[in-house]
Amino acid sequence: MMSRRILTVLNLAAAAAMVGAIYMALVQAPAAINLTETDRWAQRIIYFHVPTAWLSMLAFFVTFVAAILYLVRSQPRWDMLARCSAELGVAFTIAATASGSIWAKPAWNTWWTWDPRLTTYTIVLLLYIAYFMLRGAIEEPERRARFASVYSIFAFVSVPITFMSIRWWNTIHPVILDPNEDFGLGPGMTVAFVFCILAFTLLYIALLANRLRLEYTIERVAALRARLLT
Amino acid sequence: MKRYLQVIAAVWWKDVRVELRSKDIFTGMAVFAALALLILNFAFELRIPDKRLVVPGVLWVTVAFASVLGLGRAFISEKDRGSLAGLLLAPVDRSAVYFGKMLANLVFLLVVELFVLPLIVLFFNVTLISAPLLLVVALGTIGLAVVGTIFSALTVNTRAREVLLPILLFPIILPVLVGGIRMTIGLLEGEPLSKLGNWMQLLIIFDILYLVIAFLTFDYVVEE
Amino acid sequence: MALIEIEGLEKAFGRHRVLRGIHLTIEAGSAVVLFGPNGAGKTTLLRILATLSRPSAGRVRVAGVEIRANPEGIRRYLGLVGHMPLLYDDLSAWENLRFYARLYGVERPEARIQELLERVGLWPRRKDLVRTFSRGMMQRLAIARALVHNPPILLLDEPDTGLDPQAAEMMTTLLREVGGHARTVLMTTHHLERGLALADRVLILAGGRLVFDAEAAAVSYNDLRPLYDRYVAGGV
Repeated sequence: MMSRRILTVLNLAAAAAMVGAIYMALVQAPAAINLTETDRWAQRIIYFHVPTAWLSMLAFFVTFVAAILYLVRSQPRWDMLARCSAELGVAFTIAATASGSIWAKPAWNTWWTWDPRLTTYTIVLLLYIAYFMLRGAIEEPERRARFASVYSIFAFVSVPITFMSIRWWNTIHPVILDPNEDFGLGPGMTVAFVFCILAFTLLYIALLANRLRLEYTIERVAALRARLLT
Repeated sequence: MKRYLQVIAAVWWKDVRVELRSKDIFTGMAVFAALALLILNFAFELRIPDKRLVVPGVLWVTVAFASVLGLGRAFISEKDRGSLAGLLLAPVDRSAVYFGKMLANLVFLLVVELFVLPLIVLFFNVTLISAPLLLVVALGTIGLAVVGTIFSALTVNTRAREVLLPILLFPIILPVLVGGIRMTIGLLEGEPLSKLGNWMQLLIIFDILYLVIAFLTFDYVVEE
Repeated sequence: MALIEIEGLEKAFGRHRVLRGIHLTIEAGSAVVLFGPNGAGKTTLLRILATLSRPSAGRVRVAGVEIRANPEGIRRYLGLVGHMPLLYDDLSAWENLRFYARLYGVERPEARIQELLERVGLWPRRKDLVRTFSRGMMQRLAIARALVHNPPILLLDEPDTGLDPQAAEMMTTLLREVGGHARTVLMTTHHLERGLALADRVLILAGGRLVFDAEAAAVSYNDLRPLYDRYVAGGV
């Protein structure tokens, strides 16, 4: 699998990037104009909130592709990739929802709103929790991988359709609070924003690599144990 | 090709005939739907000025939950009897089995809806039934049958299968419910179907898209 | 060319290896009986042959065609009788056969169904729902079902399970009739005597491997019994 050295470099790079991201987000990026003092600080959450959201979708996309590859090739490592990426996807989804909620309270004085993105996002979370429930309900590894793959294909494809349907739904009850307004990226913020996205992507790759390595080791131990006990 | 269609027809006809004799699925769905309507009636009774406001939601919620009940049964009876293997022995592409079952499920769902619609008219005192509405309901039901049939095949081989099917199914069919409810609202308020074109497109895309995915992946679900 | 050729067949469910390398060729027209303790892999072997299950490794060829290359074509040549009869309780015997005839695209189905029902002695009960049948009758109907498309290969997985001795005798006779040189039969069973009576060739499967293979004529019950008991008791 991945050599320990590459993994170490990856981990260090990701850690450095994240530290850099924190600096960029909190210090380097210019403050938003036309907002109150508290709101200006709250707006900085965009540098974390949006990347985590994008990354969760990237993670689920990786799961989607890995699922197709598993069905076509029947090699267990694709299923391992699918599962580990889905785990990270769920983690990032929760992070994005939580950060969004934390932002919303001071900005809109509410923890929750039924705007299309947030609603779709909740459904995405439920979709992939269901994915893990499905996995948990099947004992036999090959069947579990196959069924999980089929489901994750349906799940990922459903995201744009669900989003569209909820977005149109909201045109009869127009959303008064439009996140876009308050999130707007002014000039000078782009640098920080792009840096954060790259930093989070690096974080995702590092986490995925570590997770895969861990999983691979677990499998090897189990195989060795099975061999010793028979 | 002809053989393929023959198998679809044979599976469909077998399911329908078995259901006509035992009436398991239909009775379960129908009774459940009636109970759901009753409960929903009480849920909203004292809180809203006009019960007719909730009819679109009530219709689609009832349809959704009754469907899950019926869709589960389709593969469970085959699995428990072991006869799924018999279907899989047919010398055709296995997606034929999927289409046969899906069309049979579709018929069962549509029949239950024909039962539910007049009940809603009765309980909620609305003029509901019209050709456009029936079209909308049919399109939505196709979506439910398309995804529900393959998910039913999926969950039948798992632990806690009755619980798992709704958990897997509902997030995916949400657009059907959203679209169905929106269009029902529109139709009840007198909007012509042409104004709801976008939503129709959404339902049709939903139906076709998932039909294709189900066709491509059904084999992986039933092989061993 | 042998009708069925199995090379290096392996099947694992997760970590549990059920078949550990099976090599077997079966000539057309032979009646092969496979004995083996529970869990030896007999059902798995038959399911793989019937294309209901995919091998983990190895090759299986029927009439020279790799089953993975053309599973649908191969299914036309096979009939399967398993533990479960694969029949629908709410349909009559006739309707059950009609359904399977349609699945297989059988020509002139009515004539064929009548011929089969008469052969298995169920013609008088053709309109009765399968729900009312005894286990023995269901197995006979299951054999008719497996033969509806006149397959050259008949696979039977412990067809005598749950049958009283009389019904089992009837079935053995029936199997001898439908077998013969026109058909290749592969059957698994626990019952040594019945198996020997039917077989041209006798195999024992234990621990996922074929541990015994001989012409039935060369083997007597007294030879086979202790051998079989050893495998059942000890495991391999």
